[in-house]
Amino acid sequence: MARVSVAWKYGDNVDTDVIIPARYLVTGDPKELGPHCLEGLDPTFPAGHQPGDIIVGGKNFGCGSSREHAPLAIKGAGVPCVIAASFARIFFRNAINIGLPVYESPDAAAGIGMGDEIAVDARAGTIVNRTRGEQYAIRPLPPFMQELLDAGGLMARLKRELAQERAAEGGNP
Amino acid sequence: MERTGMTLAEKLLAAKLGRPVAAGELVEVPVDLVMGNDITAPVAIRAFEAAGATRVFDPDRVALVASHFVPARDVSSANQTSTMRRFALAHHIRHYYPEGSGGIEHTLLPERGIVVSGDIVVGADSHTCTYGALGAFATGVGSTDLAYAMATGRTWFKVPETTSFVYHGQRQPWVTGKDLILHTIHLIGDDGALYQSMEFSGSAIGELSMEDRLTMSNMAIEAGGKVGLVTPDAVTEAYERGRALRPPRFLAPDPNARYLAAIDVDVSRLEPQVAFPWLPSKTRPLSEVGDVPLDQVFIGSCTNGRLTDLRIAARLLQGRRVAPNLRLVVIPATQDVYLKAVQEGLVEVFVQAGAMVSAATCGPCLGGHTGVLGAGERCLSTSNRNYVGRMGDPTAEVYLASPAVAAASAVTGRITHPAAILGEEVA
Repeated sequence: MARVSVAWKYGDNVDTDVIIPARYLVTGDPKELGPHCLEGLDPTFPAGHQPGDIIVGGKNFGCGSSREHAPLAIKGAGVPCVIAASFARIFFRNAINIGLPVYESPDAAAGIGMGDEIAVDARAGTIVNRTRGEQYAIRPLPPFMQELLDAGGLMARLKRELAQERAAEGGNP
Repeated sequence: MERTGMTLAEKLLAAKLGRPVAAGELVEVPVDLVMGNDITAPVAIRAFEAAGATRVFDPDRVALVASHFVPARDVSSANQTSTMRRFALAHHIRHYYPEGSGGIEHTLLPERGIVVSGDIVVGADSHTCTYGALGAFATGVGSTDLAYAMATGRTWFKVPETTSFVYHGQRQPWVTGKDLILHTIHLIGDDGALYQSMEFSGSAIGELSMEDRLTMSNMAIEAGGKVGLVTPDAVTEAYERGRALRPPRFLAPDPNARYLAAIDVDVSRLEPQVAFPWLPSKTRPLSEVGDVPLDQVFIGSCTNGRLTDLRIAARLLQGRRVAPNLRLVVIPATQDVYLKAVQEGLVEVFVQAGAMVSAATCGPCLGGHTGVLGAGERCLSTSNRNYVGRMGDPTAEVYLASPAVAAASAVTGRITHPAAILGEEVA
């Protein structure tokens, strides 16, 4: 059974400047970024949330700057995944690349309220809202991105490719 | 006519791959240029090295530009620029621009002909879409994608759907590319072009300078766009002549291209536009702005920090003073723009007017330094984003407009039509 998490629900267009303001972009360490996650949007989030809580947004989550520090900050805050009606493309790509699951579900974004208890079952492709007794479908990832996520992200793929390249060079000096 | 042809985005990817492509298809494509800056490159460099990569795919096709926190504003940012410097020198990166030699990447790369028409470009900065004005498929990515592209010279894309934006009519005086793109974002919303290519065309685009086109493509991302493209023409050719470091390749959409939607914009009735807090889409025509007193005006950024922008601002500030208790910050987007602004006497006009002028940097646009806003302060900026906390304190308000509106507003201390301070009749 998927674990039950508390939802932190926000509106449309949660941009990467409020996820992690630029003044903190002097490190790429999720542990240093995490404590400032969402502080511009909701000052109660950094101290108020528990690791395992889930961020839920509306349309166009993660719009704006390409800073990978945004999904890194979310990861650093101990948030296991993000649910939204839709995601901005660079954020979506960055999240998959660093292994932060992002689930697109307009129904979940519309149905879930602040503080609801929810459980995500990625395998089944569903989100259960314990508070409201509702269930929502997750829009499946494109197969290519699912494979990338399953394989451990883009850097795992790069490592594999570099190893193959070295093996080929070693075999044919 | 059967809609089986390719849009400009499809044509650019197809030309690189040597076969036709269609929207929705997933393609792995070689890149002509990859770019990173002092904020995004250090994260990419760590990923690159952690993955065991030992060389970049082509040192001549990597650009690393110190732009955001330069000159270093604190110890941590100094360490970031030195991480980038170490990597750039070790890998003999041809287009490495340390502090003082370049400026903001999105103004610098077109200006120096490092990016050319027909290119496929990924840059670890969301405003990489700026180069679409040259007819290059250029889009922003994160640091991990940058690391992968630096190592392999490849990236993957979903071929985007395209919305066609056709602009016609004669612009009113003081209406610029900035006003056209702010109005467009207002029409379609902050995610109106999510994952899409925005193709800008029509007689009113033909009449725009390259600088104005760069401003428009720059803000495609503010509507969620992947790329913001203009088909190269005589204006493009004139701009690239003498600067392109590689032969440009001019491509055009097929006449029977298939578009997701086509949006027609009559620019003849358009006024200068102002985006209100806290989204670029919250745009109003200047006549509906009302009384908005300001604490700061910022003229600069990758959107509007080019020489033509500074010339317009100087024309309005010549012989005038900024309003009492208002800060005017002027930052040329590149050191080359800065030098020309000095040589043309623009910097003297700005300083005489009471402005602060600094070396090229992104600076206050992203709340970095040199003009960060305090609690409750209100700023009119020529940059591209007015999100909560973008330029400093979360309670500070940012309004977006053109350099002409910015300069006029600096003189009066409230958002003002440029014609008003010249005693012209406001159209």
